Amino acid sequence: MKPVNEVKLDFWSRSANEAFARTAAACFAAQLDPTLDEVNDIKTAVSEAVTNVIVHAYPDCIGKVILRLRLFEDHTVEIVIKDHGVGIPDVEKAREPLFTTGSEERSGMGFTIMESFTDSMRVRSQVGKGTTVTLRKKIARRLGGSH
Amino acid sequence: MPMTCDGEGLNLTLTVTGEVDHHRAKDLMRQIDGELERTLARNVTVDLSGVTFMDSSGIAVLLRIYRRTSEIGGEVTIRGVPDQAGKVLRTAGLFKLMKME
Repeated sequence: MKPVNEVKLDFWSRSANEAFARTAAACFAAQLDPTLDEVNDIKTAVSEAVTNVIVHAYPDCIGKVILRLRLFEDHTVEIVIKDHGVGIPDVEKAREPLFTTGSEERSGMGFTIMESFTDSMRVRSQVGKGTTVTLRKKIARRLGGSH
Repeated sequence: MPMTCDGEGLNLTLTVTGEVDHHRAKDLMRQIDGELERTLARNVTVDLSGVTFMDSSGIAVLLRIYRRTSEIGGEVTIRGVPDQAGKVLRTAGLFKLMKME
């Protein structure tokens, strides 16, 4: 399926950009006329994904975060968050609820929230090369919507 | 002000407002730690009615309050949870640990 619209952003892995990334994703997805709940789900999932990159992919340095957003004809928004950081040695383990290698400020719920706030999540990672997280969420069609 | 505190004796109310994400969590935790240590409150109420966004960083903040308060035999109550934050906290099963008003 071909996308009907696409945007790609890259930004530094600074925590101040967490709010920027989730707001940008929510603004772009607004073209599909989502409900407030759907917008909040997108914002929450993006916030988790970008925080993971900042905390885990680039633990001791500032690196690039690539956020690609695509909208499809079937009213799906696809969110790809990519980094060239340290990678995840055991993706299955990382996806388990409450598992974290982070400090006390982390809860280990990032992937669990991404997964439960979207319709699908795919995590690809290679140690030393980086991680790509792909999230998809279907936005319900509403009467009088623009698509 | 992003966080205010109120209370006397064994009771403490922490009012958190604005966005609670990883960017903000460290400062928030430092402020809350200071208040918990200063007051040694047993009954801690966290008012979230002014929170406009919360991700899993908020779970870590609340779990920390819960741990600190439980250590001295106290209880944590969460009040005024907005829809978005509520969904995040439910996903983590937090309402099984803390009372909700």
